[in-house]
Amino acid sequence: MQRRLQNINYLDVVLWLIRVAIIVFVLWGTIATLRENPYSSRNWIDFIVLGIAQGSMYALIAIGYTLVYGVLFMINFAHGEFFMSGIMTATVFIAGPLDASGYMNKHPILSLLLILLVAMLTSVGVALLTERVAYRPLRKAPRLVPLITAIGASFFLQYTFRGLYGSEVKPFPVINILSGKIPFLGTEILRSQMVVIVVTIFMLIGLYLFIMRSKTGKAIRAVAEDKDVAALMGIDVDRTIAITFALGASMAGAAGVLYALVFRQVHFFMGFLPGLKAFTAAVLGGIGSIPGAAIGGLFLGIFESVGPPLFLDGLNVPAYHQLKDVITFTLLVLILIFRPQGILGERLGEKKA
Amino acid sequence: MQTVKSFTLRNAVIYGLQAGLITTLISMVGMVELFSKRQIVTGVMTTAQVFILLAPALFSYLTARQAQKNNSLLFSSVTGFTSSLPMILLVLLATIFNLREYLVNVSPTLIATLTFGQGAILGSIILAVVTTILGFVSAWLFGLDDKFRKPILTGIMWTLLVGIFSEILQERLRAFFGRSFTSLIIKSKALNPVVAVILLIAIITLTYFWQQRGDSIKQRFANRFVGQQSNKAFYQRIALFALLLILPLLLGTYLSEVVNNVGIFVLMGLGLNIVVGFAGLLDLGYVAFFAIGAYVMAILTSEGALGIADTSFWLALPVSVLAAVIAGLLLGTPVLRMRGDYLAIVTLGFGEIIRIMAGSDTLKSYIGGAQGILQIPKPVFFSITLLKPGQLYYIILIGVLLAWFISTRLSNSRLGRQWMAMREDEDVAEAMGINLVNTKLLAFAIGAGFSGLAGAIFASKLTSIFPYSFDLLKSINVLSLIIVGGIGSLPGVVVGAFILVGLPEILREFAEFRLWMYGALLIVMMLAKPEGFWPSAIQKRELHASDENVTTEEQAAAD
Repeated sequence: MQRRLQNINYLDVVLWLIRVAIIVFVLWGTIATLRENPYSSRNWIDFIVLGIAQGSMYALIAIGYTLVYGVLFMINFAHGEFFMSGIMTATVFIAGPLDASGYMNKHPILSLLLILLVAMLTSVGVALLTERVAYRPLRKAPRLVPLITAIGASFFLQYTFRGLYGSEVKPFPVINILSGKIPFLGTEILRSQMVVIVVTIFMLIGLYLFIMRSKTGKAIRAVAEDKDVAALMGIDVDRTIAITFALGASMAGAAGVLYALVFRQVHFFMGFLPGLKAFTAAVLGGIGSIPGAAIGGLFLGIFESVGPPLFLDGLNVPAYHQLKDVITFTLLVLILIFRPQGILGERLGEKKA
Repeated sequence: MQTVKSFTLRNAVIYGLQAGLITTLISMVGMVELFSKRQIVTGVMTTAQVFILLAPALFSYLTARQAQKNNSLLFSSVTGFTSSLPMILLVLLATIFNLREYLVNVSPTLIATLTFGQGAILGSIILAVVTTILGFVSAWLFGLDDKFRKPILTGIMWTLLVGIFSEILQERLRAFFGRSFTSLIIKSKALNPVVAVILLIAIITLTYFWQQRGDSIKQRFANRFVGQQSNKAFYQRIALFALLLILPLLLGTYLSEVVNNVGIFVLMGLGLNIVVGFAGLLDLGYVAFFAIGAYVMAILTSEGALGIADTSFWLALPVSVLAAVIAGLLLGTPVLRMRGDYLAIVTLGFGEIIRIMAGSDTLKSYIGGAQGILQIPKPVFFSITLLKPGQLYYIILIGVLLAWFISTRLSNSRLGRQWMAMREDEDVAEAMGINLVNTKLLAFAIGAGFSGLAGAIFASKLTSIFPYSFDLLKSINVLSLIIVGGIGSLPGVVVGAFILVGLPEILREFAEFRLWMYGALLIVMMLAKPEGFWPSAIQKRELHASDENVTTEEQAAAD
């Protein structure tokens, strides 16, 4: 007993040392930056708006992780690929030809809706197929098994789409009404970023209402609570899980379109990093919670765009802008180590993690 | 399995469509076209055709297995026929529309391969006829007595394999038997048709007789060693060791290089096997330790601007391993309390952090940023510089044997059993008095040490290292190979490395589809053979026990 106590203390000491070191590092960097003050307040607002736009996309993707984790307690590693598959297909089959024929700029709203529809449907199709082939047969298997198939599915999908559409970066056409800036609260923001933020807000509200008010939403919540009891209450568990995957994938498909609007290019590998970051966002907000995913996404987006200049610039870290992803991954690691229940603290004891 | 009650025509059609869709996907991502140049039998058969016909044959065989005996021939033919429909649809669509504008790999070559070069209409008919016959033949094969079926299947399989690898075989045969003899057997990188037929018949007869007489021969052989079991194992080991020693002489430069690459992955695999297989800690950032080993070796020995010490390979080697072990302890400590998938994601995060840091300009003045470190000398052994793959082989061999020795000794030691107890249930293990902190840290440290060793050898083998050699894909690579070989099984690591690393290097067409194949393999292995190709005894027993539960439940759900 004595020995065990000592061991736990040693671990706690290490963890506390890490905590203190990080707090000191962040505070020191922030104070140093603020003292030098290399950025104007205008810069900071730009950083924050960019962060919100980025974070909206993360939020939409994070919904998929959270929903699936909620019902299956499984990290759907392939979710980033659902995001990629939709917009890749829509770009190749819809956006490219529409732009070439000039239809895109004549009827931009209609074209965008068509692109959105195709992207969402493709993502949903890919998700349902993946769920059916790679996850459903393994529902009773040990926990690591579905994670491994998810990793497999992720790479399989990436390279399938690479094989289908080619490995080069594909340009997403410029839409005239979405280029340029509009004034907003005394500053100017990009129209595309505005669209991203507005669309995200509507989709999140819609999803929240669907989960909370509709009968299907109720079934999803019941399955998340307890699959066996839900089955006893007459809920088709397999179908509900499939619907959950479809919901998450449709959000990811929409996020893909928003991504393409902002960055104007698509690529078969584009799902990996946003997927991982959205997972970070989901964990940050408290995995399993939908408002958590939204908050986590926004927080991560802002953190990522404000973080590097705020923490690292003042410390004279060379080439700090290349370390954006390092900050995200560090945040991911730190949350998982120190607060795996996230900001909103959904119930998630050590048992389930 | 044979007693599935209601296998109807509908099921046969569904099987056929599935097979057809799989084949169409394989065609559309470009695999078929890529392999259309690699012939198996000169002028008769290419690897691409095997790829097209594999899924229909397999699914027809499955149909035959599940259908009732009296109509299995019909059902399998139906499966074979329907499997051609998606492909024919693709052919027709591609002839009517210019699909290539959207799907880059639907090329004229692909269509020509699918239609046997006979044009869309005639070709489609031929394709349908061929798959139907294939379905019929599969069912007929299934209906045959075991006595004949096994030799025939073995014969077909080995002839195809020899044909696929004929290019590399040709090179080796030339080295040993000269040009004129080789050109008799292998013509323009594929088997001579006559030789192919002879080979097929020879293998079938040999397998047939081995099946009939093999047991008695084995028995006679075993009788000579009665009471000398340990002696027999000893001789086997000596023979294996001798083979390993002269391997580079047999293989030649190119194959030695392939074996070296496999060896480095075996070394990493043995390390990850301790972490994932023995201790059950899924580590997705395993490449980080490989990177640390490589970078330490590079910085210590490089003759370029970034080298700081100019030490020899032998001096730098233990330092690299030590650095990796320390890194294993450092990264292992904060994650001690995590389990399962969260652990996987955190380690993935660590791996990515290290890779991005290595590639960024932040640390450029120390480790070279994206330009990496150059001018790393090759190892020198008593004033002989080990330049050739055949020489470097021995260093890798020693490393692998060392890691193998440590792994076998550990697996049955007190520590190994603690790991396995922890893998099964951490709480119970802790209650049994196992010190989780030490046990986990030791797993991380030893695994990291092997990986660091592999990285150090890798650095001096390539003489230059770049951050992109250390991305997540490498971790996935190593994870895949231990899963394919069998989690927790040492021979499995070697088997997995040869399948996943060696094969794509010999069949260079695979290179582009390596990860595609890995992804598919991970899923298929988990679904069909979760214990791997060469499972450890424990794993096999466990997974089969749980398998039975799953299949019965699945059947219940299906009914």
